[in-house]
Amino acid sequence: MLTTLQRPTSGKALICGFDVLHQRNEVRQSIGVVFQEPALETELTGEENLDFHARVYGLRKDHRRRRIHEVLTLVDLLDKKDALVKTYSGGMKRRLEIARGLMHSPTILFLDEPTLGLDAQTRRAIWDYIKRMNKEENTTIFLTTHYMDEADFLCDRIGIIDHGRILILDTVDTLKTSVGDDVISLTCSDLPALQARLEKESWVRHQKIQDGRLTFGTSRGEEKIPQVIEIARLQQIAVHSISIHNPTLDDVFLHYTGRSIRDQEQEPVGKTNRRSSKVIGE
Amino acid sequence: MIYQELQSIYVLWLRQMKRFVRAPSRIAGAIAQPLFFLLILGLGLGGAVFPGIKTDFLNFLAPGIIAMAIMLSSIFTGVSVLWDRQFGFLQEVLVAPVSRFSIILGRTFGGATLALLQGFIILGIALLMGAIATETIGLAMTIIIMILLSFTAVGFGLIIASIIKDFEGFQTIMNLLLLPLFFLSSAFFPISQNLPSWLQTVALCNPILYMVDGIRGSLTNANNLFSPYLDLGIITLMCLIVWLFGVFLFNRSEA
Repeated sequence: MLTTLQRPTSGKALICGFDVLHQRNEVRQSIGVVFQEPALETELTGEENLDFHARVYGLRKDHRRRRIHEVLTLVDLLDKKDALVKTYSGGMKRRLEIARGLMHSPTILFLDEPTLGLDAQTRRAIWDYIKRMNKEENTTIFLTTHYMDEADFLCDRIGIIDHGRILILDTVDTLKTSVGDDVISLTCSDLPALQARLEKESWVRHQKIQDGRLTFGTSRGEEKIPQVIEIARLQQIAVHSISIHNPTLDDVFLHYTGRSIRDQEQEPVGKTNRRSSKVIGE
Repeated sequence: MIYQELQSIYVLWLRQMKRFVRAPSRIAGAIAQPLFFLLILGLGLGGAVFPGIKTDFLNFLAPGIIAMAIMLSSIFTGVSVLWDRQFGFLQEVLVAPVSRFSIILGRTFGGATLALLQGFIILGIALLMGAIATETIGLAMTIIIMILLSFTAVGFGLIIASIIKDFEGFQTIMNLLLLPLFFLSSAFFPISQNLPSWLQTVALCNPILYMVDGIRGSLTNANNLFSPYLDLGIITLMCLIVWLFGVFLFNRSEA
């Protein structure tokens, strides 16, 4: 909807001050989009694909040439510019698409699952490019991803979308702190009973039983472990295993959506903003 | 703004040219198929006498084959929106800040250029083989009709692409709709008393008939049912309706 490819059923959204419903061309000029599925013309060379894009976005000749060189340098494809795109690897295609998205210096670049289906090396490289263009091109990046580590690594602000609703939108640190400083996770002989008992402790936050484990957030977790075990012993509950870790975005995600990510299709949305956000979504 | 629209039309056209030039098999196929029709049917049935044909059979056949070559090529261009949609490139075009009208115009021009190229090759060969235009106005008129024909067919292709969403559906339409229409277009044999009267009526309602007849009238000045000027009028009207309807459907289906 924000990229004007779908019409909203209701509500209003502004991108760079332009209405996505009534000022579509202005919106389109302000954004770059990298789709989840490759959207390249494979019978053209890399450079021709960029040239196509540049002309459609109304760039003049000198500007076109300079910009093609710049973005190809940014994604390290300068030496491959004359090869047909159908000979490119998956990672190269993705890089070319990112370069293309940047061609017309958009204010906001939309990246839909930029590393889906790529191997770990390529993925890491793409991350670097994303970081670099965020900094060097001063572009706001709006990316969606299923990978929590990706969101953690790249994003300044993260929104979690579940069943089409934005559940929360905040910085990574704030989100993590909201779950608790530390997360304690344990298995024992009687989960519900222990949960009910721990509910009475003031230092236990956001208790949840998930996949046969009881998890909760707390501060100074290492000091709480003996206390938990003591409480369990008094209840005649045997603790089988107990672990402590700093909250990750996975914990944040589970906390807000209440389910494991693999059980559902909804996408969490990450955003990197170096500058103040101009995205208002409803 | 206008610069950007013109650039978009140009680059969409350019893309199709490059695609075409880089696929030698497509070039060969595009020219070979109508050529086979022309040569094999033309020579094979060369000596046959048909009721309703006053000239050599090759003379009769050539305009029909030209029309067929242009139509098939143009329809394919319109329908190739399906390919773009399938392979994602359509999204790249749709998210760009250009009007949908320019996008279609670029595609139409590209398709028309390729179709006319094929049409002219067939025309050239037909001329060499003896199907000669009687006067300059005849040849000029032939070219005008060829252009209109190609626009109509691209529009028709766009309509198909908006209605069906997969390649199988395209095949079905080709076989169930286009093939009979071609047979009833007088491209291969004259619409005459041989046909049952209801089929004659169907033939007269067939848009392709007027295209074939128009080219035949202006190019060979023989065997045509109507005056080429009447054909031209009907074709122009048809072209406007079909192409604009195609544009309308494309706009609607692609937001």
